[in-house]
Amino acid sequence: MPKPKVAITWLGACGGCDEAIVDLNENLLSVAEAVELVLWPVALDLKYQSLENLKDGEIALSVITGCVRNAEHLEIARLLRRKSQIVLAMGACACFGGTPGLANFRGKEDIFNWVYRESPTVTNPSGGFPQTSCQVDGNTLTLPEFFDHVYTLNQAIDVDYYLPGCPPPPDLIANALNAVITGDLPPKGSTLAPRKALCDVCVRNKTKPENFEITTVKRIYEVEADPETCFLAQGIICLGPATRAGCGETCLNTNTPCRGCFGPVPGVTDAGTRFLSALATLMKGEAGSDPKELIAAIVDPAGYFYRFSQPASLLGRRTIE
Amino acid sequence: MSRKITINPITRLEGHGKIEIFLDDKGDVADAFLQVVELRGFERFCLGRPAEEMTRIVANICGVCPSAHHMASTKALDELFGVEPTPTAKLIRQLEYNASFVEDHYLHFFFLGAPDFLLGEADPAERNILGLVAKVGKEIGLKVIEVRKRNRDIIRHIFGKAPHPEGGLPGGVPRRITEEDRVWIKDTAEMTLEFAKFAIQLFKDAVLADKKNLDLILNDAYCLETYYMALVGKDKRANFYEGRVRIVDPQGKEFALFEPRDYVEHIGEWVEPWTYVRLSYLKKIGWNGLKEGKGTSLYRVAPLARLNASEGMLTPLADNEYRVMFETLGGKPAHHTLAMHWARLICAMQAAEHNWQIANDPLLTSRDIRNMNFKPGHRGVGCVEAPRGTLFHDYEMDKKGLLTKINLIVATQNNAAPICLSIKKAAQAFIKGGEVKEELLNRVEMAFRAYDPCLGCATHALPGQTPLTINIRQPNGAVLRIISRPEH
Repeated sequence: MPKPKVAITWLGACGGCDEAIVDLNENLLSVAEAVELVLWPVALDLKYQSLENLKDGEIALSVITGCVRNAEHLEIARLLRRKSQIVLAMGACACFGGTPGLANFRGKEDIFNWVYRESPTVTNPSGGFPQTSCQVDGNTLTLPEFFDHVYTLNQAIDVDYYLPGCPPPPDLIANALNAVITGDLPPKGSTLAPRKALCDVCVRNKTKPENFEITTVKRIYEVEADPETCFLAQGIICLGPATRAGCGETCLNTNTPCRGCFGPVPGVTDAGTRFLSALATLMKGEAGSDPKELIAAIVDPAGYFYRFSQPASLLGRRTIE
Repeated sequence: MSRKITINPITRLEGHGKIEIFLDDKGDVADAFLQVVELRGFERFCLGRPAEEMTRIVANICGVCPSAHHMASTKALDELFGVEPTPTAKLIRQLEYNASFVEDHYLHFFFLGAPDFLLGEADPAERNILGLVAKVGKEIGLKVIEVRKRNRDIIRHIFGKAPHPEGGLPGGVPRRITEEDRVWIKDTAEMTLEFAKFAIQLFKDAVLADKKNLDLILNDAYCLETYYMALVGKDKRANFYEGRVRIVDPQGKEFALFEPRDYVEHIGEWVEPWTYVRLSYLKKIGWNGLKEGKGTSLYRVAPLARLNASEGMLTPLADNEYRVMFETLGGKPAHHTLAMHWARLICAMQAAEHNWQIANDPLLTSRDIRNMNFKPGHRGVGCVEAPRGTLFHDYEMDKKGLLTKINLIVATQNNAAPICLSIKKAAQAFIKGGEVKEELLNRVEMAFRAYDPCLGCATHALPGQTPLTINIRQPNGAVLRIISRPEH
């Protein structure tokens, strides 16, 4: 039997998901034996051109990381969709937009102005921006168009499965690859991660009081957070109640609160509003204090609540025309 | 009629890029460009965020060297909040940082760089880590995997995740090291140091001993005369974590030595319409375009630059190898781009040796891991040697501790213009009379791969990574050939 063909590629991504695949360590060698890799730019010398020559649907699985930020990302995503039976959106960026999705609060023009005109180190006497097409000594050079918006993968193409995380942990990556290799797959559209909330698996959960109130909001640098007590009970913003479990609680283990890279709990599309409603029920100012002050102590709601998910949120959701 | 060659994506590097090669009427190379095709905008979308959250967001600039961004950011917070980390916190940070150098440099050498030297003539489908394991033996392959895994365990232990460490705090670290931890950390440090010696020996025996490889390294096609920049510590020795920034000229003479916070006086970033990355140059000389040698305003960073711009290595074994390298290459500075692979192994050795020292330092396990005696200021600059070169994070904040200005100068960005030149030079040497063979194109790719470029980093302002495409174009601009690897 021929080995199933697998493509791995990155769109608007940082390469961290690729590193996470390399973190399969010696298991990577067994994966490499079980499948035929037809694309993996970070590690293998196979070019896009060779994909064009494959039949539609000839690739068993395409693992796609990163958000869709420019015309080239879109083109590659569409090409892989056409050639693949299964598309797996891997990592927070592909699933929800990721931290680059915070750029949807700023816009392309603002970014270009800073990067190419206003930054203290920039030198740009003509004031021009990079161009999708330009002439240099009579030769034409082209660049992909930079979109005005950051999109999730499923806003660009049809996605079969989701594997969240920044990056996804090795155990879930191995499970996902195994599921595809053995054909033991859940219904289309599933997220290949536990269905619980992070709070449900958090070791600090046992220290979370039955009922508690947040009377002051603290920032992580200001305090010596107790390593065993629920962050919210300490007044520190932690997205555990609204975030899906499965990350391995790595941040919590280093005494650092959750920022939501696993996306919302099942059944919820907007992680931020879900967290906000959980938080609102806990916030109680000290007697006689102005509730506005307590709310103002949450200094960056957008950055806390939508750290990884702006493009998938009600605020940021759009589809590519 | 001129022709154009396109290589897309460029492979075995981090990020999105393509190479365009223009041929003249004779089929020789008229011009060549490395284009970075992405941008993300971290400098803008982090505005208004709480300063302390930056260590958690900027790690996402690059999944390959997140520890570098995390550390530069943490150091910028030290300065912003006017606080020195405790001696133990500093040791723990350096332990993590050296571990990241080790795993990063070996990943590059064995997964990305070495296949070119050891499998240069192999089928492109075999010219990779899997082919390398097949050639040098599974045992060595497993050793590489183990050293990477165990050093990433150190990163995970201290900052939670690899990739994307979390939890750098102004004045400290989020978690201490116990005596129990020290046992396995010491064991890892010892094993890593042994591996570092092995890797250098392997480079000498398997790469340098083959005259073809040494000739390739010394080949003029892979030489580029530029300035060099790196962070240096005491006695101007290479330092990855702290110190002053030193620039030497193409003859090796000191051109500048400055505190990282003064980088704006020294570094300029030129904008070209054909790439999303800004091209760094020396402001005091002024932009002189893409040229090397006399009159150049270009400088290079990364492993070879670290050796060229310093007066030695921090640790004894690495320092000895430093001297061996310059003797073999015929003196200092060495302009041989492919020697970056060698320099990378020497830097990894420094990281391994330094971690062995740290693992044995009695202070490592103290409970004093945070200095919270904050004196918040307005501006903080954090600078480290990232694996791919000098990295600057420059933040300003308001009285509430929210960011009002962010400027980043990222390792590969410093090298963006020199990479273009290196590619052009290699293309001119290897592509003649319109003959375009795959192995010759890989020699062109070798010119950029030596830099271990991380286009994800370079385009922090933009999104991304660096797969490369090479377009070969005719004089009329028509694509003669887009480089794709043979089917397999």
